[in-house]
Amino acid sequence: MHGVIDPATAGTLAPSEEPRGPLLQVRDLTVEFATRNGLVKAVKNVNLTVAKGETLGIVGESGSGKSVTSYTVMRILDRAGRIAEGSIAFSGIDIAHAGEKQMRDLRGREMSMIFQNPRAALNPIRKVGHQIGDVLLHHLQADPRNVKEKVIEILNQVRIARPEERYHAYPFELSGGMCQRIVIALALACRPQLMIADEPTTGLDVTTQKAVMDLVTELTRARGMSTLLITHDLGLAAAYCDTVMVMEKGEVVETAPAEQIFRNPQHPYTRKLMRATPRPGISLRDLLPEEAQTRGRVQASPRPNPPPQAGEGGPVAPVEAVATPDADVAASNPLPLAGEGREGAAAPAAGLSSVAKGSPAPAAEKTLQPLLKVENLVKEYPRQGAPIAFLAGLFGKKPAKEDGIFRAVDGISFEVGKGESVGLVGESGCGKSTTSTIVMRLIDATSGRITFDGEDLSAIPAKSFAHHPMRKRIQMVFQDPTESLNPRYTAARAIADPLLRMGGMSEGPALRAKVEDLAGMVGLPVDLLDRFPHQLSGGQKARVGIARAIALNPDLVILDEPTAALDVSVQAVVLNLLEDLKHKIGMSYLFVSHDLHVVQLLCDRVIVMRQGRVVEEGTAEQVLAAPKDAYTRELIAAIPHPPV
Amino acid sequence: MTIASPSAARPSPLLATLKHARYVISDNPVTGLAFGMALVLVVCALLGPYIVPHDPYASNTAMALKPPSATYWFGTDQLGRDIFSRVIVATRLDLGIAVCSVALVFAAGGIAGIASGFFGGWTDRIIGRISDTIMAFPLFVLAMGIVAALGNTVTNIVIATAIINFPLYVRVARSEAQVRRQAGFVQAARLTGNSEWRILLTQILPNIMPIMMVQMSLTMGYAILNAAGLSFIGLGVRPPTAEWGIMVAEGATYIISGEWWIALFPGLSLMFAVFCFNLLGDGLRDIVDPQRRT
Amino acid sequence: MLKLITSRLLIAIPSLIGVVIVTFLLTRVLPGDTAAYFAGPAATPQAIAEIKTKLGLDKPLIIQFGDYVGALAKGDLGTSLSTGQPVITEITNRLPASAELTLSGLILALVIAIPFGIAAAVKQGSWVDHSCRILTTAGVSLPVFFTGLLLVYLFYFRLGWAPAPLGRLDAFAMAPDTVTGFYLIDTLIAGDVETFRAALAQLVIPALTLAIFALAPIARMTRASMLAVLSSEFVRTARAAGLTPWKVIIVYAFRNAMLPVVTTLGMVFSFLLGANVLVEKVFAWPGIGSYAVEALITSDFAPVQGFVLAMAILYVLLNLMIDIAYGIIDPRARSEA
Repeated sequence: MHGVIDPATAGTLAPSEEPRGPLLQVRDLTVEFATRNGLVKAVKNVNLTVAKGETLGIVGESGSGKSVTSYTVMRILDRAGRIAEGSIAFSGIDIAHAGEKQMRDLRGREMSMIFQNPRAALNPIRKVGHQIGDVLLHHLQADPRNVKEKVIEILNQVRIARPEERYHAYPFELSGGMCQRIVIALALACRPQLMIADEPTTGLDVTTQKAVMDLVTELTRARGMSTLLITHDLGLAAAYCDTVMVMEKGEVVETAPAEQIFRNPQHPYTRKLMRATPRPGISLRDLLPEEAQTRGRVQASPRPNPPPQAGEGGPVAPVEAVATPDADVAASNPLPLAGEGREGAAAPAAGLSSVAKGSPAPAAEKTLQPLLKVENLVKEYPRQGAPIAFLAGLFGKKPAKEDGIFRAVDGISFEVGKGESVGLVGESGCGKSTTSTIVMRLIDATSGRITFDGEDLSAIPAKSFAHHPMRKRIQMVFQDPTESLNPRYTAARAIADPLLRMGGMSEGPALRAKVEDLAGMVGLPVDLLDRFPHQLSGGQKARVGIARAIALNPDLVILDEPTAALDVSVQAVVLNLLEDLKHKIGMSYLFVSHDLHVVQLLCDRVIVMRQGRVVEEGTAEQVLAAPKDAYTRELIAAIPHPPV
Repeated sequence: MTIASPSAARPSPLLATLKHARYVISDNPVTGLAFGMALVLVVCALLGPYIVPHDPYASNTAMALKPPSATYWFGTDQLGRDIFSRVIVATRLDLGIAVCSVALVFAAGGIAGIASGFFGGWTDRIIGRISDTIMAFPLFVLAMGIVAALGNTVTNIVIATAIINFPLYVRVARSEAQVRRQAGFVQAARLTGNSEWRILLTQILPNIMPIMMVQMSLTMGYAILNAAGLSFIGLGVRPPTAEWGIMVAEGATYIISGEWWIALFPGLSLMFAVFCFNLLGDGLRDIVDPQRRT
Repeated sequence: MLKLITSRLLIAIPSLIGVVIVTFLLTRVLPGDTAAYFAGPAATPQAIAEIKTKLGLDKPLIIQFGDYVGALAKGDLGTSLSTGQPVITEITNRLPASAELTLSGLILALVIAIPFGIAAAVKQGSWVDHSCRILTTAGVSLPVFFTGLLLVYLFYFRLGWAPAPLGRLDAFAMAPDTVTGFYLIDTLIAGDVETFRAALAQLVIPALTLAIFALAPIARMTRASMLAVLSSEFVRTARAAGLTPWKVIIVYAFRNAMLPVVTTLGMVFSFLLGANVLVEKVFAWPGIGSYAVEALITSDFAPVQGFVLAMAILYVLLNLMIDIAYGIIDPRARSEA
């Protein structure tokens, strides 16, 4: 099965072929990193076992140590990292103390790895065929005469069409999904016993993700290989793993068979993570930890609680037994803090009750009063050099140059009613972001009409829109909370900006009070207002962005993937915050996202886009439960979700 | 409405910057050293003529070509002038040329680059063409040509040094402005009703400044070298003016007969100044970079 | 490949046009009297007027430009006042001396700097790395004419290892017959080992001076780009596939790391061609740099203008070669062509 084995190393390498013994066994593993602030333990006392043919999923949010664990197994940690304690046994070999030469023979041949961001994982200036060939030749799985033949055989196995041609391709000539197949081919070339997949599909579209994951499963099963799947996505782990291990802050909190961990999670962190994962048939409130939900109800009582003063890692009020020291979640009281008594304390309660999903009545009523009306919107770009064409080139083979013009948005029409939330869903390059940017009046459309509250917006050029009175009625929450904040403005200054420019306010105590008031509404502790963006966590930055967007009481807020850069638990809190604010201020949302499940939670209606056109439109329930279009069905089928 | 809590806790930005500067210096002693060196240079430039032990221009043929001694720390040159005094006094001219040319190019190149990156289109094309044309010359050779053509004066050395640095500033400012033109926070500023000019001034400029400052410090060293090189080949400054480049040139003839001190000390001063500004550039990068501020 | 070369040639053309325009402007659109510059400092008013007519300075600017370009096309760069020789002849005669010096300096710099930069990056934090960092910071701070003088003092006056810094050959040696104009090559062609040694002895110190100057930016860029590439994800993939460190460093890291280094070479050439002028002055090297410096001192403008133009054309051609080399290494640049 393992082909030719170098006789010199065969003795040390021959894997013990006991059928029942675990392939990989990690005991009490602790990994330390030397940093500017001294030694940091990235992984603490981790135990894990992978049996032959088993797929183990390691799930955790950013900073949980899941990737470090897998790198340690391969012994490819950075220079700064080292194994402080514990043992790693891989088919009888002591990895922690193996020589570098021995490790090199193991890597690629007995254990291999596929990475996040496939394009970066390949040498940009070497033909992909040669890259695979390098591995085969190094592990003596081929000799220079038959290496090309063998590489093409492997390319065939990972379903790359026209492999002879692709053998000579460079990574930049292939799409993201194709590059990931090449990386998989690299990892499987020598038929290893263990494959580690580190976030293998993050950044890929959901349909590509499914194709890639199905391929990995099929190939590893056929070869009887074990897999270690590292992911932040519980749904993905549930769909493809036998056993799931949940990590938090470098420690394992729970390990159980996949079925069991989803049906009956034991650890509070697992429960929180489980709840926070968007899935069909639940409401927004279900995303929050149970404790927070009860807390919310308590808070809805007439006397508002004092705002939690939890800064970075600061202590959390003991009553709130949210079992997480995560500063962000702790500080993120999901419900609006009653800031200076501006809002009646009844508002949160009202918000809560009306959140209950499946009330199509108000939605139907609202469509009668359209706020935004988009008709036959078209945006064309010249093919070469245009950003959209460039993006298209990144994600797929460049389309043939027919007429030198590329239609990013191809004649779409839709409406957003007053107080309504509409989701604009599609995969990368479908034109959803271009559409929202046009509606936002940051760029001009090629043709088409945009009517906002009865006024023709498309008649006003984007250039002069900055001074138009309409400007303050349409606002936006950006995708990347970090990038959307000026690094030299404090949180307070960022929130004050629209008030100063268009709100008719000037520097002074009144402005400060208003800013604090807004911070209260988005659940941003007042003591964080004087911090700069780099001193805030992702969730806190998202709150600043939201506060800035609602500062002028806009009628329409465009949400451009507002939670795409956030961990699921933070995403849950931010989504709930958005829902509450909507009811409080009475805004409409245009929610742009690639994730149908997330959109479904927040939106009354959903519009599915593909290649610049609308393929389906309907209420969230309709589209998800009974999709009419084949593409929508494919999209829904591709989303992995936990079996609950 | 209450204003009780906020303002008290807010530290002044100046204080924070100073605190950060101190932190960086204590964290990186090399930067501290560079600051110290720069201070020495500035003191020499400002007070040079008042603190030197001898008249830098008084020749004394009886004392010509004397090696370093207690009276003449750096020895004397072929006319018996005190090299130490001349080296100190020359600081003002050398630094002056560098500071003026860097200030000139900082203003011209910075504005052109930011406009080029932010507005794009024709502005970008024209400015790009100009800097490409300058870059098509070996820079020192172009500076020679400019000074030879415009006339052999110190002012023209300043102008030539500024011109050859122009493309460098344009490139840095342009790419920084271009990256930020579509950045989320700039888009956000558009949504809050800022005009393009206002965005340029309040959002883009403050974020580009730090990088431009680093650039200034790094090109200071290059400007000093360039000006000294020009006067070494006889352009710009003329004898008997005390200037490092020309002093090295004067000493060059004597080095093959073993009078090393005439060229060595002005040469070392040049090195000292350039080294100082290069170190300072690296150090400044750390101070102005808000990511590293803790 | 051919496509790449043609596309790069097309890019070089605007640069050449720019160079011609700028050199024209430098002579004609000046605050001072151009004719006086060309006539030299000792000219009488009549001589100036004569030169004015001769140069066509009384014609409209655009006609003058046409004349200038026409003369250039014929290889006419004017005549030197001090030597009476056509500028073009002197420049072509002296160019090989400059080229030999610059290329020797560059090759010496590359041979030292690249392995040094790689070693510093691979053994990050070791003494190699620290000495690399000290050397590069000190290297960019050294005025090249000062380094030259220090080396002369050390190797000629103190140690007596090097000959006097007076040109390409000492007074007793005979220059070889000109084939390439490079003494090192021509002496070998003539089979004259004696003269080869003499020429090499003269060349070593000035070439070393230039090399020290060029070494710093190359080593610095090599180290930085090697560090970036070594921490990149595709190197991690190659490591995870079990490839030997040697294969990872050479096939995966080094070729990628060379891309920024090749780009930096353009800047290095710009510095080198400038530094060349200073080094030629220090070592009395009979190249085009010292020709220009001599002309500058006598306010003889035609040679200076010819020198600036020749250097710029040379530099544009060097950049063209760099671009093509880049295209050979990087398939992405090739596909854009």
